[in-house]
Amino acid sequence: MSETFDFTLDGATVTAQSGETIMQAADRAGIYIPRLCAHKELHPFGACRICTVLVNGRPQSSCTQPAAPGIVVENDTEALRNVRKSLVEMLFVEGNHYCMFCEKSGLCELQALGYRFGLLAPRYPYQFPKREMDASHPDIFVDRNRCVQCARCVRASRELDHKTVFEFSGRGAHKAIAVNADARLADTDVNGTDRAIDVCPVGCLLRKRYGFRTPIGQRKYDHQPIGSDIEAGHPPAAVNG
Amino acid sequence: MVKTTHPRKIIIEPVTRVEGHGKVTILLDEHRKVQQARLHIVEFRGFERFIQGRPYWEVPVLVQRLCGICPVSHHLAAAKAMDLIAGVDQLPPTAEKMRRLMHYGQMFQSHALHFFHLVSPDLLFGFDADPAIRNVIGVARQFPHLAVQGVMMRKYGQELIKATAGKKIHGTGAIPGGINKNLSIAERDEFLKDLDQMLKWSRESVALAKEYTVTHLKELVDFGSFESNHFGLVRKDGAMDLYHGNLRAITADGQKIFDQVDYQTYADYLAEEVKPWSYMKFPFIQSLGPDRGWYRVGPLARINTCDFIDTPEAEGARQELMALTQGKPNNITMAYHWARMIELLHSIEKIKDLLHDPDLQGVELRAQGRTRRSHAVGMIEAPRGTLIHDYEVNEQDQVTRCNLIVSTTHNNTPMNRAVEKVARDFLSGTEVTEGLLNRIEVAIRAYDPCLSCATHAMGRMPLTVEIQDAQGIRVHRRTRGVDPDV
Repeated sequence: MSETFDFTLDGATVTAQSGETIMQAADRAGIYIPRLCAHKELHPFGACRICTVLVNGRPQSSCTQPAAPGIVVENDTEALRNVRKSLVEMLFVEGNHYCMFCEKSGLCELQALGYRFGLLAPRYPYQFPKREMDASHPDIFVDRNRCVQCARCVRASRELDHKTVFEFSGRGAHKAIAVNADARLADTDVNGTDRAIDVCPVGCLLRKRYGFRTPIGQRKYDHQPIGSDIEAGHPPAAVNG
Repeated sequence: MVKTTHPRKIIIEPVTRVEGHGKVTILLDEHRKVQQARLHIVEFRGFERFIQGRPYWEVPVLVQRLCGICPVSHHLAAAKAMDLIAGVDQLPPTAEKMRRLMHYGQMFQSHALHFFHLVSPDLLFGFDADPAIRNVIGVARQFPHLAVQGVMMRKYGQELIKATAGKKIHGTGAIPGGINKNLSIAERDEFLKDLDQMLKWSRESVALAKEYTVTHLKELVDFGSFESNHFGLVRKDGAMDLYHGNLRAITADGQKIFDQVDYQTYADYLAEEVKPWSYMKFPFIQSLGPDRGWYRVGPLARINTCDFIDTPEAEGARQELMALTQGKPNNITMAYHWARMIELLHSIEKIKDLLHDPDLQGVELRAQGRTRRSHAVGMIEAPRGTLIHDYEVNEQDQVTRCNLIVSTTHNNTPMNRAVEKVARDFLSGTEVTEGLLNRIEVAIRAYDPCLSCATHAMGRMPLTVEIQDAQGIRVHRRTRGVDPDV
């Protein structure tokens, strides 16, 4: 049986198990910390920084930071909400995200975060980058316009599919998702059923010919904001009590 | 008097798009008689270019963003083309009927919007009435029952669109090979509650349009009118079918130019001419050439081209309209309004039939594709007329070519004719009066073009009228919304 200890999250006492990250402990306690690159089936990566919390006053990504006894964590504060909103805004302007005709609309985690944070229009100028699409694979469509560089596909291909289909190339502003072939996805060993496709939080990796099958009103985020499942499944009161 | 200071050439700035921007230029000869009048539509949307590379199943949702007034028409025309691209020739009954319900709901709301909100001020107050009264607020004040009726009819159609496409504007219902939902019993029962009221109001709307046309026939018969060919889709038995059919074109006196043509071959029958003064092309029937081959589409053209309407009350109304011209095609521009209301009645009759059809609760929503196509055309009768979507898709599922001919484009030459006729008949000297300006709007409005200038902002459209002399020098220009006295 693993060792447990307590720490404070927004004034509430949260019990963590040894080896857990702050995010994992918060999830079990029914407290939602917003995130984009984190995925429960994948090793944490700390790419997007949306899950940033203050640990004893210092900013840390809660998906990678281990919980520790007695730490004081701030999560749902106005200052942090503003930081997270800014990060989402920057992701929106850095790519070409056209929710109005994207088949991931209503299912997209980036869009859902935008709604959760009340994002009406980004404060930053749109970059309108020129990004390539890759339609070469018979069952998978890659639209790099919508990539947020969360690296979920990179990790899932390795950790879940036991392949190395996706990787990043370039640095800084030139960083982009690449495939393990000279040019085309069709030349890799990716398969239409690979988990790497499922975990994409946005409309970058798509299964061909499936779009728009879920009617408006029945999509994951049509009625409940992102994070509601965590909040509903584990009410904080139960932990505090 | 008109001043000739600061003469200069007209400059068209393609910054904005159709909606909200129309321009009329009037050319005068040395005797200051109207030589030519033109409606310029600075239509540059770019959709045909920027959907290149997009996956084909995305197109019905993407391309409907062309329009906020009748997006359903674009959604369905694209979906019909993509059915064929996906290799589906025959939709399951539930899918086709859900799409039809969406389309008739769209036709119902669009026609109600146009008649009650945009046109009724002209008809109720007269063309020369004070523009401060001649608007939808004026209608709401003096004819509140009509204003409410228009709002409620539009709402009914919009709710039908929401029930079939998920949203009132820019939904996602139609997908290649089918539809993504059926109609629940609860949804159906909600629509059945108000159905009788909608039928009653639709009958009254036909009566109102008819009474107006007959009462003012002497004034209207020549107002912006001219003989023209007519074009549209008809069912195999010649019936009006707003969702699907074959091509038929007739002359001004009813002779068939072609009939029951598979619309996949439309490019063999229609061509488009480009003119230097407009971004909108000028379609024409190839066999007649550009000078004689232009034609009209939309409600009046559909009434003229079909042999009958397959719903009883609308058919009775159609016969009354055709009796006005002894069964020959009706070429009176202002009769579009009467024809539009007949289609409104037809749409609600169709909605009634569909709501009572158990196929709408079916669960087979999609058909499996068989033989993929690389080129397909989708066509539908949109509220404003025949809509053509023509796509080529590569083996990797990406759109490589797209050609869209929208309803307003078909009516380009007719609208220009109407504008020219009204200008010739009513322009006295070179002074542009509010009455002239409005008469030009009235003629444009009869076609219900998808320009904001004729739709969104009744009585306040940013229409610019320019008068040039025989040398092309501008002698007078007035712009509504810029000149305070216009």
